[in-house]
Amino acid sequence: MVAQNIFFGILSAIVILSALRMVTTRNIVHAALYLVAVLAGLGALYVLLTAEFVATTQVLVYIGAVMVLFLFGIMLTKAPLGNAMEMTGKQWPIAAGVAALLGGVIVYSLVNHFGSDRLVTDGPIYRTADVSDEVFSTYIVPFEAVSVLLLAALIGAIVLARKD
Amino acid sequence: MLLNQFLILGAALFAVGVYGVLARRNGVMVLMSIELMLNAVNINLVVFGVQHGVVSGQVFALFVIAVAAAEVGVGLAIVLLLYRNRTSIDVEDFDLMRG
Amino acid sequence: MWMLENAFLIPLIPAISFVVILFFGKRYIGADRVHVVGITALSLVWLLSAVAAFQWTQRVENPTPDAVVQIEHHGDDHGDDHGDDHGDDHGDDHGDDHGAAVGDSEGGHGGGHSSPLIRPVISTFSQWWSNAGVDFAVGTFVDGQTVLLLMVVATISLLVHIYSTEYVKGDRRYLHYYAFLSLFTASMLFFVMAQNIIQLIVGWELVGVCSFVLIGHWWEEKPNTDAALKAFLTNRVGDVGLLVGMIVLWGTFQTFDIDAINTLISTNPGAHHLALLVAACCLMAAVASKSGQFPLHTWLPDAMAGPTPVSALIHAATMVVAGVYMIARLYPVFYEGFSIGTSSINLMAFIGGFTALIGAGLAFAQWDIKKVLAYSTVSQLGYMVMALGVGAWTAAMFHLFTHAFFKACLFLGAGSVSHAAHHTFDMREMGGLRKDMPHTYRTFVISSLALAGIFPFAGFWSKDEILLGSLVGQQNGYPLMLIFGCAVALMTAAYMTRVIWYTFHGEFRGHGQPHESPKVMTVPLWILAGMAVVAGAFNLPGPVLEPIGLEGLAHRIQTYAEPSVYLNGLGLSHPDPSLTMALVGLALALSGIVITYLYYWRRRGLHGLTERNRYARTGYKVLENKYYLDHLYNDVVVDTVKRPIAKWANDFNQNVLDRAVNTAGETARDVGRWVYKWIDQGAIDGSVNAAARGADSSGEGLRSIQSGKVQNYGQLLFGAAAVLAIVFVIVV
Repeated sequence: MVAQNIFFGILSAIVILSALRMVTTRNIVHAALYLVAVLAGLGALYVLLTAEFVATTQVLVYIGAVMVLFLFGIMLTKAPLGNAMEMTGKQWPIAAGVAALLGGVIVYSLVNHFGSDRLVTDGPIYRTADVSDEVFSTYIVPFEAVSVLLLAALIGAIVLARKD
Repeated sequence: MLLNQFLILGAALFAVGVYGVLARRNGVMVLMSIELMLNAVNINLVVFGVQHGVVSGQVFALFVIAVAAAEVGVGLAIVLLLYRNRTSIDVEDFDLMRG
Repeated sequence: MWMLENAFLIPLIPAISFVVILFFGKRYIGADRVHVVGITALSLVWLLSAVAAFQWTQRVENPTPDAVVQIEHHGDDHGDDHGDDHGDDHGDDHGDDHGAAVGDSEGGHGGGHSSPLIRPVISTFSQWWSNAGVDFAVGTFVDGQTVLLLMVVATISLLVHIYSTEYVKGDRRYLHYYAFLSLFTASMLFFVMAQNIIQLIVGWELVGVCSFVLIGHWWEEKPNTDAALKAFLTNRVGDVGLLVGMIVLWGTFQTFDIDAINTLISTNPGAHHLALLVAACCLMAAVASKSGQFPLHTWLPDAMAGPTPVSALIHAATMVVAGVYMIARLYPVFYEGFSIGTSSINLMAFIGGFTALIGAGLAFAQWDIKKVLAYSTVSQLGYMVMALGVGAWTAAMFHLFTHAFFKACLFLGAGSVSHAAHHTFDMREMGGLRKDMPHTYRTFVISSLALAGIFPFAGFWSKDEILLGSLVGQQNGYPLMLIFGCAVALMTAAYMTRVIWYTFHGEFRGHGQPHESPKVMTVPLWILAGMAVVAGAFNLPGPVLEPIGLEGLAHRIQTYAEPSVYLNGLGLSHPDPSLTMALVGLALALSGIVITYLYYWRRRGLHGLTERNRYARTGYKVLENKYYLDHLYNDVVVDTVKRPIAKWANDFNQNVLDRAVNTAGETARDVGRWVYKWIDQGAIDGSVNAAARGADSSGEGLRSIQSGKVQNYGQLLFGAAAVLAIVFVIVV
């Protein structure tokens, strides 16, 4: 239990710090790399939560595919590398205020509601096979809907982005 | 471990994501911040799945990942189109709807 | 028994044919060659139906152990002796089981009783819907009754398909005609093998809509569309009864399954009598509309506006017997509901007998050959319903079987006549066609003799069984039904002789040169006429066959088709054949023919009676106006409903509403003047101007929020969400 707490501490520190750096750094490529750190940290947290397949998917889809997409996006838009462009708008204090307000409300209500509830650690552990059983039985219709959504997004992205 | 450890981590990540969406000028950065918010939601889904001993939490996290992938694809295409038409991806430049 | 378990293939084939013809017919087959698809499909259906019928007979002749019902004890010793009793003789078990109910009628069983009780073949394919513990299944239910109807529908539909290639050749909607013939066949086949009452309703409505489409096939002419609408709307009236009746059945037994409902009733007769009475009365309304029973029969003669092959298929042989079929299928419901076993008159028998009588009466006053046949159909359907009403299940099904062939033959014959005689159906423009159309004439006469019930044609045997059933009944005879039946037997023979006289004898009164129809039309006629001769052989009584040593072939329809697995529980008995009854029926039919023969051929009797005698004239007028039923519906029912409402609405309009409106108008005018002067000019204008100024300045102020920048909107969105969340946190 102690080991898990230690790991949680390390991972959550990595995630939060990387996230903060991501939204504050002036270098967009650095921001992308910080995002990788956030996503990897979250993947490790999923393993901590016994959600192995979600962790794998996190790595494969986010760090593999989505990040590549972002990097392509950065390159294709010829975003100025380095500090050439001010990355944060002038209204950042308002944004910070809103974010702090929102985060504060959520944290307050979480503390208020769950207080010191302990995480159930002796519950059933769901392996990849269980997840796939669930996806292909109970959630087969949403699954098909997501497939169609992905196809629509694919076609939409091509239609939007192609030169004609 | 406390349940709130994970939930507060998610809340913090969400707030950071909101800040990124509201404050960053680069369109790609805005999209990345949205990814942060989606991941914050995913943590909650997985944690509550564990807490209630059901597999649905993981399943929905997977769906969110899939939808996020679709969102990134379309979002980046839009950003690309904006760049091509306006030679800029600074969201502060786009104020055609000003009253 | 493969075919019986996979009977769903039979309606599937014409359904596919419908889709192919409608969607691919024009492009890939050619609009004038789509009949190839239809005829191919129907040939397949006929083959499969024949296989199914054969397999069913095998199932009855050599039953496998799982096909035979093992009767178990019910009541006090239930549960401890199942194993021992299975080997016992069924008769003993049966006697123990239902005690007195069967005991009385045991002696009357004709011979089918000794055979084991054969279970129907029920295949359930899926539970397609399940809600609150109620399962909705789809499947097939095949027993002798089903295969009997399968053979009838497949045979007549196939012949009509062939016949139509000539009859509707060159029609502007040839393709749609064949498409809907296929759809109709599919629906009818689906209906007859319905496994639950939901499927019964679906099939019932499907055949109804096909009937509607095909009656209105030539919709460019107003009478045809009117007739189609009339048929459809009249059927809707009955469909309400169908729906309510089925709901009552479900409410009583908590199941849609036909087998379960019938079994529940037959294993426990006497329970739920009131519910069954209500259900049976509601279902009778449906039967009255679909099978043309009084008082909802008026649509059927008008339905003759459709093409003649359609009339033969739908409005004579198959669709209109759907009601009869439904009664037969759910017979325990009606048997218990109307107490058929113990009464000597009941609603179903009366409606059937009365319909038979008035239908036969109306057939005398018609000049349109198809309408004569239509009223004849009404009359014969009444016969079948009457037979069911007196407990003669087999006789009704037997008559359904034979009637389908000779009535289809008569209709197709009428079509052939009209095809030859310039598309008229008016018998006043025919006459003397005997010489020009020998094939049509001969088949028409054969079928007429069958319809009239002349020995040895098919109708004789089935009609005789119905009369016998009315005479003997179950525990009591049905004397009134017997009188009705005998009168109808006489009248049927008479009006068919009249039709033959006007159509084929005497002088030709039409225009042009009549000619015989081509082979493609006469061959189906001959096949049907052949069936009209031999169809009676399927249920010959034993004494007829004994002298030639074939008594094993007696009562085949009773043996194969009767669902004795349900009916035995009700204690249904079969009357012994009676030579006297047969001779009386034959004598009545012959005298009908002789009287009419003398009247027309020999000019005997009271000619011109309707001109000379006031009462006769009145009677004829009543018949000519179809007992004024249409007037009753249109003028009396509709107008009594409509006129007082219209008058009341008008009065209300004039006196109450107008006055109120006028008063309100004047008051409003006065008020308006005052308001304009004081409120409008003074208060409102001032406040409006003030509001405008306020909006102007606040708009200027708020304008800065509309920066057009997404992130500003985002800030507002998230900020507002946060504030709302805070409100909720505080409040909740």
